[in-house]
Amino acid sequence: VSRRYFASEADLKKTALYDFHVAHGGKMVPFAGWSMPIQYKDSIMDSTVNCRENGSLFDVAHMCGLSLKGKDCVPFLETLVVADVAGLAPGTGSLTVFTNEKGGAIDDSVITKVTDEHIYLVVNAGCRDKDLAHIEEHMKAFKSKGGDVSWHIHDERSLLALQGPLAAPVLQHLTKEDLSKLYFGNFQILDINGSTCFLTRTGYTGEDGFEISVPDEHAVDLAKAILEKSEGKVRLTGLGARDSLRLEAGLCLYGNDMEQHISPVEAGLTWAIGKRRRAEGGFLGADVILQQLKDGPTIRRVGFFSSGPPARSHSEVHDESGNKIGEITSGGFSPNLKKNIAMGYVKSGQHKTGTKVKILVRGKPYEGSITKMPFVATKYYKPT
Amino acid sequence: STVLEGLKYANSHEWVKHEGSVATIGITAHAQDHLGEVVFVELPEDNTSVSKEKSFGAVESVKATSEILSPISGEIIEVNKKLTESPGLINSSPYEDGWMIKVKPSSPAELESLMGPKEYTKFCEEEDAAH
Repeated sequence: VSRRYFASEADLKKTALYDFHVAHGGKMVPFAGWSMPIQYKDSIMDSTVNCRENGSLFDVAHMCGLSLKGKDCVPFLETLVVADVAGLAPGTGSLTVFTNEKGGAIDDSVITKVTDEHIYLVVNAGCRDKDLAHIEEHMKAFKSKGGDVSWHIHDERSLLALQGPLAAPVLQHLTKEDLSKLYFGNFQILDINGSTCFLTRTGYTGEDGFEISVPDEHAVDLAKAILEKSEGKVRLTGLGARDSLRLEAGLCLYGNDMEQHISPVEAGLTWAIGKRRRAEGGFLGADVILQQLKDGPTIRRVGFFSSGPPARSHSEVHDESGNKIGEITSGGFSPNLKKNIAMGYVKSGQHKTGTKVKILVRGKPYEGSITKMPFVATKYYKPT
Repeated sequence: STVLEGLKYANSHEWVKHEGSVATIGITAHAQDHLGEVVFVELPEDNTSVSKEKSFGAVESVKATSEILSPISGEIIEVNKKLTESPGLINSSPYEDGWMIKVKPSSPAELESLMGPKEYTKFCEEEDAAH
């Protein structure tokens, strides 16, 4: 039995919860330069199902939290992302994409407007260095023209994700603020379990839940309190189940489903391009992206069901006559649906729901069909 | 994890049970434990051959694909078709119902190079400690 998967452990960074993970049976693996738990004692299957039935607690402190401040921080950020940042109400946020000059994605990120002079955002661990270099370079140029913007990288903070139906009731035990008024995408700075936290009602599972930015020195206490208040129902959950959950929710993993050469339009994130931004442009690669919006993209991200072995990234997608029409970018067995799911890109025109395809795994073609995403219905907490 | 007496083990975590002219091959309890729930098993065709330390199939868990290497060379005389419908047999019964292929060994001397149960148990302990 030879694993194709895990690389060897080297000089890896550790989060504030590292010892806590090991003490709880976390199987630590290298991920984007960090030693992170891929799973704990529960199997990936059980963990994935439990998140949707009860809840999951993830350490996502490897991701990079960042604050942009200054009276011009909004117009500055708008030069780099596709979102209508100016149009966001204070205390609300959105998923967005950092673009390059060719309209490709440098990274995806959840951004929040804390105030008109403070934006809080979280970028992917694997993109940290290039994102920070990119932002810094543009920030220097922006400031040299008199713009008022500065940044703070929140390396003094940890990030926990609490997801699933028990997320809100459990967290409510640990704060005096009324969480029923905090909807999907909303943000608040508040006291949780005795320390000042940045709370965003968001996540990467399709479930209701939160990402909690907590000072490093309080991170272990907060994790313990969450597990205790849930009476053991919220389980520590590793990156393995996190990936299954985001795939079931139809969410992109940067580096797999979105890359430098893929535009937000091709990735199915046209909804994240603000209306005003579509009219005005003003972000990197806007000419390419606005043209794609007009003409339609040549490739599109779609979901697949398939028979046989689960499709994995780089599996070829063929039409029924055997012509290559695309490629899988993420795939696996869905623990909640108990069948194979995948996402990938196909040529426009062959992207319609219900289109029959063949997916090649180890050279053999298996039956598949294009399907709508999310695979599992999302349960975001929105005002009724 | 369980290690059975009377079987031979490869350092890639497959077992061989040699009885008369037939050798049965599967993956060990230790291997299935590390893989997690098996969701698909890819098996070779009947009447093909396998070579020592070469892949003859694959086991898919939720997140990972693992190649299965043959501990010995020989002709395949039977594959366990039950695994197609019930891949979970690899988890629930790795040494019995979860067997993968039966082979007629072409060089029985290859069996001598494999580990016995005591040696394999120690091998697993050392490998786990290294991770």
